[in-house]
Amino acid sequence: MQELGTSEHSSLRVTPQGKDRVLIEKDLSSEEMVLNMGPQHPSTHGVLRLECKTDGEVVIEAEPYLGYLHRCFEKYAEKVDYPAVVPFVDRMDYLASMNNDLAYCITVEKLLDIEIPRRVEFIRVLVSELNRIASHLVAIGTYAIDLGAFTPFLFCFRDREHILGLLEWASGARMLYNYILIGGVAEDLPEGFMERTREFVTYFRPKAVELQKLLTENEIFVKRTKGVGMMPADVAINYGWSGPMLRGSGVDWDLRKIDGYSVYPELDFKVCLPDGKLSDIGDSLSRHLVRAMEMEESLSIIEQCLDMMPREDGFNPRAAIPKRIRPKAGEVYGRAENPRGELGFYIQSDGKSTSPLRCKARSSCFVNLSAMKELSMGQLIPDLVAIIGSIDIVLGEVDR
Amino acid sequence: MEETQAHTPEESAEIRAAKAAWQVVKEAFGEAVSELDANPFMPFFEVLDRDRWRDIALFLRDDPALLFNYMACLSGVDYPDEEKLGIVCNLESLGKHGHRIAVKVKCEREGGAIPSVAKVWKTAEWHEREAFDMYGMSFSGHPDLRRILCPEDWEGYPLRKDYEVQETYHGIKVPN
Repeated sequence: MQELGTSEHSSLRVTPQGKDRVLIEKDLSSEEMVLNMGPQHPSTHGVLRLECKTDGEVVIEAEPYLGYLHRCFEKYAEKVDYPAVVPFVDRMDYLASMNNDLAYCITVEKLLDIEIPRRVEFIRVLVSELNRIASHLVAIGTYAIDLGAFTPFLFCFRDREHILGLLEWASGARMLYNYILIGGVAEDLPEGFMERTREFVTYFRPKAVELQKLLTENEIFVKRTKGVGMMPADVAINYGWSGPMLRGSGVDWDLRKIDGYSVYPELDFKVCLPDGKLSDIGDSLSRHLVRAMEMEESLSIIEQCLDMMPREDGFNPRAAIPKRIRPKAGEVYGRAENPRGELGFYIQSDGKSTSPLRCKARSSCFVNLSAMKELSMGQLIPDLVAIIGSIDIVLGEVDR
Repeated sequence: MEETQAHTPEESAEIRAAKAAWQVVKEAFGEAVSELDANPFMPFFEVLDRDRWRDIALFLRDDPALLFNYMACLSGVDYPDEEKLGIVCNLESLGKHGHRIAVKVKCEREGGAIPSVAKVWKTAEWHEREAFDMYGMSFSGHPDLRRILCPEDWEGYPLRKDYEVQETYHGIKVPN
């Protein structure tokens, strides 16, 4: 028998047996192993790489490496004028482009003295809430597929297609809309849009319940997510979490209520919080539950918008758009409640130029993902997949 | 509209709250902080003695009258006219007082360093890494100051106003 290797940890010995050499393990190696997850791993939802230090099946630490989709949107924003930033903003969180546009436009409008027509405000909220449902459907569908449930994914994408169809009808694009503009929207809603949206709401209500029964109450799904990736409320706030992530930890915080931008103060909706019956507050299941509940709240907001929207013949949604957008000198931080949390823009204007001096996007996914290292400590590798899925990242927004 | 109301001579509740919060900081730190710029969009003050920035940050977070427990955003900024780089932090008292304030800290353009507040608000860790990546200011006491969005071996700091893109990267021509 001969010793293989020179390191003192080497534990393999080779036994010559005829032509084949058989490796015999003397004692099990107990060193940490570095395991790369991604950048092409399906459960990282895009190009994210996690460098996991593992001890057997247990993750000691997972360090995220990002930037694979970095396009330096902020540099582009300094080169083009204010309205031309909107298409770039679309491409950040490409699953919720309407919400991104809304966040950017209300930020710039803070620096401008313009009054937004009431109908435009309702159109904006209507399309944003439709987009929120579409985005949550992807989040829930892909989360199910991460955990091995294929059918809910198909159900979610089938229903999302109806929303994409509606938004395409209004804006002309399937995903990257460039529809909400500074001071207005690109086009008025097409003839018959409101009736079709009502039909969708009637169609989708029972489907949401069906999804609830299929996935949320599924025993395997609950066992995979309950108690996994616990995040206490105070730590979540310290990490800057927002949106469904923060509400999953039981913090009553929704910018639509807190900031009350656009026409949200007039609408009746509740902030969705986990009740702790099915899930432990702060775990992955809570975050999933918040998203599922929010879809139903969004349906109710959509219905209210349809009822309350003022009708005007020959309405020009571009009437309030300034000919030349040159905000007064100053700095502003504006934000909106996106499906993934607080999307904020810090904009600096020098008062002379038609392009921003500085435009920083505070990405909700970027901030939510920054807690990954802490969340992953001591978890099993399969639970790591459940945790990343529950954070619901879109790498286009993480990397910008 | 809320935006237009902000220009009326009457102060909005948000600015009053920011003034009250600034008053508390000013009493505790005196000359280390500047006057409050009570503009209607984003009331802010500047930390003049940046060595005390971490103490001020901890005070902002923990003083019972302030409780700025949530850092919404930390943006790096370039001030080429003043030959300085800086950060702007948007703070908020989430679920406690509800008030908001912005804080600015500046440092020299070449070789400047700002004390890191990553231990005060953990969210600052990645925001500071991003500011370092894009502007090149150092954050003293940061647990893990590396580039975050650009590759490790990228040259220059892209968001500086005088940035010129490198010609090639690993033998590949970089489009301008």
